[in-house]
Amino acid sequence: MAGFKSTERYIASRDLEVAVNASVTLQRPLLVKGEPGTGKTVLAYEVAEALGHPLIEWHIKSTTKAQQGLYEYDAVSRLRDGQLGDERVHDIANYIVRGKLWDAFDADEPVVVLIDEVDKADIEFPNDLLLELDRMQFFVYETRRTIVAKHRPVVIITSNNEKELPDAFLRRCFFHYIRFPDRDTMERIVQAHYPDIRKDLAREAMNVFFQVREVPGLKKKPATSELLDWLKLLMVEDLPVEALRTNEKQLVIPPLYGALLKNEQDVHLFERLAFLARRG
Amino acid sequence: MFSHLILGLRNAGLPTSITEYLTLMAAMKAGVAEYSVEDFYYLSRATLVKDERHLDKFDRVFGACFKGLEPPEGVKPQELPEEWLLKLAEKLLTPEEMAKIEALGGFDAIMQRLKELLAEQKERHQGGSKWIGTAGTSPFGAYGYNPEGVRIGQDKSRNRSAVKVWDKRDFKDLDDTVELGTRGMKLALRRLRRFARQGAATELDLPDTIKSTANNAGMLDLKLVPERHNTVKVLLFLDIGGSMDDYVKLTEELFSAARSEFKHLEYYYFHNFPYERVWKNNRRRHEEQIPTWQVLRTYGPDYKLIFVGDGAMSPYEITMPGGSVEHWNEEAGTVWVERLTGHYRRAAWLNPTPRQSWGHVRSITMINDLMEGRMFPLTVNGIDEMTRELSR
Repeated sequence: MAGFKSTERYIASRDLEVAVNASVTLQRPLLVKGEPGTGKTVLAYEVAEALGHPLIEWHIKSTTKAQQGLYEYDAVSRLRDGQLGDERVHDIANYIVRGKLWDAFDADEPVVVLIDEVDKADIEFPNDLLLELDRMQFFVYETRRTIVAKHRPVVIITSNNEKELPDAFLRRCFFHYIRFPDRDTMERIVQAHYPDIRKDLAREAMNVFFQVREVPGLKKKPATSELLDWLKLLMVEDLPVEALRTNEKQLVIPPLYGALLKNEQDVHLFERLAFLARRG
Repeated sequence: MFSHLILGLRNAGLPTSITEYLTLMAAMKAGVAEYSVEDFYYLSRATLVKDERHLDKFDRVFGACFKGLEPPEGVKPQELPEEWLLKLAEKLLTPEEMAKIEALGGFDAIMQRLKELLAEQKERHQGGSKWIGTAGTSPFGAYGYNPEGVRIGQDKSRNRSAVKVWDKRDFKDLDDTVELGTRGMKLALRRLRRFARQGAATELDLPDTIKSTANNAGMLDLKLVPERHNTVKVLLFLDIGGSMDDYVKLTEELFSAARSEFKHLEYYYFHNFPYERVWKNNRRRHEEQIPTWQVLRTYGPDYKLIFVGDGAMSPYEITMPGGSVEHWNEEAGTVWVERLTGHYRRAAWLNPTPRQSWGHVRSITMINDLMEGRMFPLTVNGIDEMTRELSR
């Protein structure tokens, strides 16, 4: 069995590996939760890469309906074709537009399906996909056909915890919560992304980063993806390490903070704290 | 095979089901865990736990099931009776090990050291590096005694040890921090939704298109309708402070459920009973009060009015002018509630206290009469009843 393991670009903890391999082996969906920016979506890319399967992405919005993942009936083109006397009009199947799950079920080789941010949709959305994800099949009402998956796809579902998911849905999934990485893991992640970063820069940046995360009352704590963006900026700007150097007591607004702090309240909070630190 | 783990989890309040247990069995059979304890722990966690706030409980139950740890809500760690330790040691030690201990200065000496160490650490014993392990009493190593999950004799540097993973209890912080239990409330509130078509016409109206195309002698005539939106409007009046303190959590849950379900949700706070003024920000309640008249003028009668309060007060606060505990009210509370319910015909009162006790409190009976019997308990069932009543 081709298992999923940490790669050069993606550092996966052992528990994540076990969870992914369990869901691949038993062909059940894997539900991944975690702080924003801890690599939930990227996981799907990496799993697809590791297994050597193509990836089909389905990004969920607040208006997404479960049906759209299966298929949609394009009535307008059929009406238009009927008017123009097109031959295609006699077969309703010509006007069934396939959704992402249909594509996945119909593929000739096993695929990985990413259902991204499932909690964005309506509260009933997961319930509408229960049978489809359990049996990996669905019925097309217009053509009276049942679509059955040729190969059960690997399904990875991510959630940001905006809505609670129904129990019936959860029971059918494996679950993994991606924790915020500790410093060692974070160093490995940085190393994986920027192998040629200067050691001292990485170390100082990491100090500042964890210091920023410690600040109480931040609305959005910077996460892995923010750190990586920031490091990239620092490398592009080629800042001297001294600009980052802070001592334990003093809080300084980090250079290029726009990559770390994402709303103005946080920036204000930070400025105020830095001001107090300078005065005190 | 692992049914005691499942039962333990269910006893600890985790919603683990047979389906998940069977999944775990299937995964074991398929060799996902590859006979390593650590992998088994990860696998069972991924299979049996579906919410990060349960992860900590899972760690504790797992520890208790497989290592003979104290059960989750066990005794406090401070005291460890000597006889108990002795007995335990006698039971576990082989003669060779006993001999080794003798060589280290005798059993009593080690016990003494153990006691000293215990006395030194009154608080949580996590991650200490000077545990007994260094002194060579490894027989204790296998026996954790502390509900916080530290075992005697376990050295911190063994960080790949399987035991350590769940003993670390990394998920402690996540226990019960996220919004909980609101799904039931959201589903109950959903019934209040009323869909109507508003805004730009973007959705194809198929029946109308076919009809007008036919009328048009087959010339295609597309008809569009606006998308359906939830148009229900809700006005929430929340009792705050005083006797409501016990129910803050419940009220918060209701509030967060209601907030995500309705586009038009307005909320105001009052204390004990609504009078001529309400407020929106409880921290600045004295500066930013809003006349109730203004609320009545601003929101039309198409809003549904929901009071949330325990209704426990002196009857004077309801019936008498000047009865309020906080200020001098010119008009009695009854006048205001009648004014509000007269304006908003669809009104209800949610009460966080249990329904059985309502009869014993005079003010609650009075409010129930004022609301024409539309008082419901603040439970999922109560909200369900209320929504049915309000959407009639």
